Amino acid sequence: MRVAAGQGFWGDDLDAPRRQVEGGQIDYLMLDYLAEVTMSILQKQRERDPSLGYARDFVGAMESILPAVLDRGVKVVANAGGVNPRACAEAVRSVGAQRRGSKLRVGVVTGDDLLGRLDDLIGHGHPLANMETGEPLSSVRERVLSANAYIGSDPIVEALGGGANVVITGRSTDTALTMAPLRHEFGWSADSWDQLAAGIVAGHIIECGAQCSGGNCLYDWKSIPDLANVGYPLVEARADGTFVVTKHPGTGGRVSVPTISEQLVYEMGDPRSYITPDVIADFTTIRLAQDGEDRVLVSGIKGKPPTDKLKVSVAYRAGFKAVGTLVYAWPEALDKAQAADRILRERLDRLGLTFDRVLTEFVGANATHGALAGDRRDAPEIQLRFGVRSTDRAAVERFTREIAPLVLNGPPSVTGFAGGRPKVEEIVAYWPALIDKSVVKTKVEIIS
Amino acid sequence: MKIRLLDIAHARSGDKGDTANVGVIALQPRWYDVLEQFVTRSKVADHFRGMIEGDVERYELPNLNALNFLLHGALDGGGTLSLKTDAQGKVYSTALLRMVIDVPDTEAKRLGLPAAK
Repeated sequence: MRVAAGQGFWGDDLDAPRRQVEGGQIDYLMLDYLAEVTMSILQKQRERDPSLGYARDFVGAMESILPAVLDRGVKVVANAGGVNPRACAEAVRSVGAQRRGSKLRVGVVTGDDLLGRLDDLIGHGHPLANMETGEPLSSVRERVLSANAYIGSDPIVEALGGGANVVITGRSTDTALTMAPLRHEFGWSADSWDQLAAGIVAGHIIECGAQCSGGNCLYDWKSIPDLANVGYPLVEARADGTFVVTKHPGTGGRVSVPTISEQLVYEMGDPRSYITPDVIADFTTIRLAQDGEDRVLVSGIKGKPPTDKLKVSVAYRAGFKAVGTLVYAWPEALDKAQAADRILRERLDRLGLTFDRVLTEFVGANATHGALAGDRRDAPEIQLRFGVRSTDRAAVERFTREIAPLVLNGPPSVTGFAGGRPKVEEIVAYWPALIDKSVVKTKVEIIS
Repeated sequence: MKIRLLDIAHARSGDKGDTANVGVIALQPRWYDVLEQFVTRSKVADHFRGMIEGDVERYELPNLNALNFLLHGALDGGGTLSLKTDAQGKVYSTALLRMVIDVPDTEAKRLGLPAAK
């Protein structure tokens, strides 16, 4: 059973899905398109055009892999449906229709979208309190753009069982996209906790695409070959819950214990309790072993029953921000940038503008490692990076006009203003919450 | 003997809301105990003083020769609210590897730990 990953986020390498189906034998291709705020972007698109609201890159990906799906039986699982899985399925169906006698069966999973039910849910004692602050959702209710429950692998397994060869979901968990094919093929029961936990770990390893196969790898990074042609990962899974992570032959990158270890700790919380709708996986039980070149064997994984809650991702409007930059050159680049920062702050004060947040960074001195980077007074150049945030759009707008004047009326040796005024950006913020599993009902349809 | 983490470990970091996580992995399995013994929660909190607003939590993963640190209040609000260059905590990893720990000479020699330059 070989499940390959072809997309780690919306915006990933457009050609990776095709390379994954053509580079060697696979049974399933899983494509992860959704990050925390992607749903709200898609919701805005759907408001403008009711036929949109899904990851349109997926339609192009389907065109590029259609022969593999139709002629070689590769199945596809993707959370590309965003806030409009049916429209996404329709678009994919019309791609399939270009081929005579096409046997595309598109499974559509819905039920994760809670936006239309929010008032009802809040009214019935589901406060959807922010997991970080404890604040009830009612305090930002009128600013909510989207609300989706993270759903597990059940409905995807159901769609595969119903004969779908392409399954499209909305906000399913990233890990469910890998887990569902394993459950479908191996028939793991809903309480095979250790196998299910293995499915989650497999999903976690490959859900960020090449980030487990040499991309963004710090360990011996200079020796990792041919990242220009990096091989995206795939898992060779067995019914007992052990699996090997590898990549197609002849591709760049590397699959080794260090590359997999780095991905395992990525975005990790409490390793004993990696909570998903399907199972709670214990990452302290994972065993890794090199199993030949670019092959890592993963085994030993233990799991336990999940909670009775689902995580909900809510996106809401949270004001405006803008970031302006200027570059100061040697000598005394950092001193000049610091002087410009003081002048800018004084001018904003004089204009009577107040912000919820003002942040200055000196790129080249402290932007990434703060004071840990040590003294950078002799830097060849320093970028002043000045950001503001406010619920008052006009204040942010006014700020964007205060950067350019500094070129002529501030400290010397300044350049780098070719990009024009900073742009005001509306902030769509993320509100994580929990909801009772019992109130989220998923639905599966299959469109031929 | 002074030991710099960069010389004995690799790392990756990421985000969850306003919290950054840093996973630190020993370059050699036999060096994991050094991480566990000397890279304590309070030492990491001291290291990042002034950079983060909240607490530090530590979890151990001896099976991966790794420690996982959660740095709360590290991302200026996190996600889209943050004004930071590193709004998603991607490079807290190497910031932690700047840390220098003090390991008794005998233990450092026994384990072949490279001395900080």
